[in-house]
Amino acid sequence: MNRFDYVRPATFAEAIAAASEPGAAYLAGGTNLLDLMKGGIVRPGRLVDVSRLPGLGAIEWLADGGVRIGALVRNSDLAHDSEFARRFPAVAEALLSGASAQLRNMATVGGNLLQRTRCAHFYDVAGACNKRAPGAGCEARGGEARNAAVLGWSEHCIATHPSDFCVALVALDAVVEIAGQGGEYQVPLEDFHRLPGETPGQESVLEPGELIIAVRLPAQAASFSRHARYLKIRDRTSFAFAVASAAAALRIEQGAIAAARIALGGVAPKPWRARLAERALIGVGPDRTHFDRAAEAALADARPSGDNAFKIELARRIVARALALAAAGTPARLPALPGSPFSPVAGVLHV
Amino acid sequence: MSLSVLLSVNGVAREVALDDPRVTLLDLLRERLGLTGTKKGCDRGQCGACTVLVDGRRINSCLTLAASCDGARVLTIEGLAEEGALHPVQEAFIAHDGFQCGFCTPGQIMSAVGLILEGHAGDDPERIREGMSGNICRCGAYAGITAAILDAERRLAERNRAEAA
Ligand SMILES: Cc1cc2nc3c(=O)[nH]c(=O)nc-3n(C[C@H](O)[C@H](O)[C@H](O)COP(=O)(O)OP(=O)(O)OC[C@H]3O[C@@H](n4cnc5c(N)ncnc54)[C@H](O)[C@@H]3O)c2cc1C
Ligand code: SF4
Ligand code: FES
Ligand code: FES
Repeated sequence: MNRFDYVRPATFAEAIAAASEPGAAYLAGGTNLLDLMKGGIVRPGRLVDVSRLPGLGAIEWLADGGVRIGALVRNSDLAHDSEFARRFPAVAEALLSGASAQLRNMATVGGNLLQRTRCAHFYDVAGACNKRAPGAGCEARGGEARNAAVLGWSEHCIATHPSDFCVALVALDAVVEIAGQGGEYQVPLEDFHRLPGETPGQESVLEPGELIIAVRLPAQAASFSRHARYLKIRDRTSFAFAVASAAAALRIEQGAIAAARIALGGVAPKPWRARLAERALIGVGPDRTHFDRAAEAALADARPSGDNAFKIELARRIVARALALAAAGTPARLPALPGSPFSPVAGVLHV
Repeated sequence: MSLSVLLSVNGVAREVALDDPRVTLLDLLRERLGLTGTKKGCDRGQCGACTVLVDGRRINSCLTLAASCDGARVLTIEGLAEEGALHPVQEAFIAHDGFQCGFCTPGQIMSAVGLILEGHAGDDPERIREGMSGNICRCGAYAGITAAILDAERRLAERNRAEAA
């Protein structure tokens, strides 16, 4: 790990000033940043520790029925907040399908949004990577592409965004609140992450020094609470990143779908909202034929970025199955294996 | 750059001067305080061997900077037994063969203590396994670990009933 200065600011203003210096990085839970620093993938000259900055740790219910989640709320605290999980069950399920209990106790909301890709070549500092070193080339092209993108990628970078949380959030129209030297502003989560294009190193709209202060979910997002699921295919049942995942939420009125929300994870450089697929479901019955059609629409633009064409069919099936699970209804209690397609049949132990 | 951190470790106040902010909580415990019960497996958040409780919550000490723990209460495997009597989770791990080589065991036990404090898994073996998925056991003692945690929950409930009576 490189040497760095460590500062622990007491206010937003101090934090933003300290982090606006070149080479500075915010430290929240540290679960991604310290890992990357240990591998020499990032080498910040200064860590601005915001993990105990006051005013960023609350879950606030807004008068209109929405919720404002402080950037420092820990992933586990959010997922286990019973009111939050009741209103936004797919978000709680996505959170609990990610990482491990220890990591979720450390990981923050802001850090989860800004976690870096798990592209193996990004981690291999001996190899070429346009994200780490602009213009160096991309070793993942023709290399290990199992976790690479099939949507939204460019010739310059085929990496995916690994978050589960963000997938459920983007499906439900979350908004990111940001503070910087120019004041505060907000951006829909859907527009927060950037596609790689020719500049894969620029992953979000944040300017140097800008701090995520909160994430908001609108009241309307809670109208899906009776039919909302997150489904995630991994290489093992728990404690693994998604090969492909989907959040699906439906509002069903008199036997027909009145509104639908679909987003995909593990298949694109950012949490991927599938709006065309959502539209294909309006007014139709919640049945398999329509779910398959929506899944087709969700992956219509997909193309392999290497030896990963299997992910397109896999993602289609995940979308259709997530929709079927959502239509069946949100379970009264979160499943024992959150997000898992291998949830046990009653009485049968999964080993 | 020098920093000083004040911690409570297993109930004892410790002030440690850090010559370098790169020190993780794991390295502070093992290298500076001589508490080598907490293990370093992967050093990258992937195995759980370094699990300790910070302010009552289980975390990976390998991904935690010691400097950011200033003022925290840390509990490690060395602090679990009280007056020479093993903690019920320790007893249960022995009773159910919850280990083979023992390398992952301090992390497993601290994680199990954290899981029981959280109270979300109850007596459902599937929820216990899921809640313990952050602790890898290369010897594959998982069946014993799950049985030990179920038993420890019973032992703790009995102890609490006895104390209440
Ligand atoms: C072994 C392992 C397995 C994992 N598995 C999963 C998984 O299955 N699913 C999943 O979704 N995630 C997984 N994760 C990733 C984990 O969720 C992230 O590491 C975590 O959410 C990051 O949050 P943090 O608070 O620790 O961020 P940090 O590591 O502190 O920071 C991450 C980045 O965000 C920046 N940052 C943090 N907070 C702010 C803020 N408020 N404003 C501006 N910038 C900020 C930091 O500067 C840094 O660049 C896993 C991680 C590990 C180590
Ligand atoms: S896919 Fe992106 S992150 Fe991976 S090696 Fe290529 S440029 Fe780097
Ligand atoms: S040593 Fe910390 S998780 Fe492996
Ligand atoms: S007992 Fe050997 S690794 Fe778990």
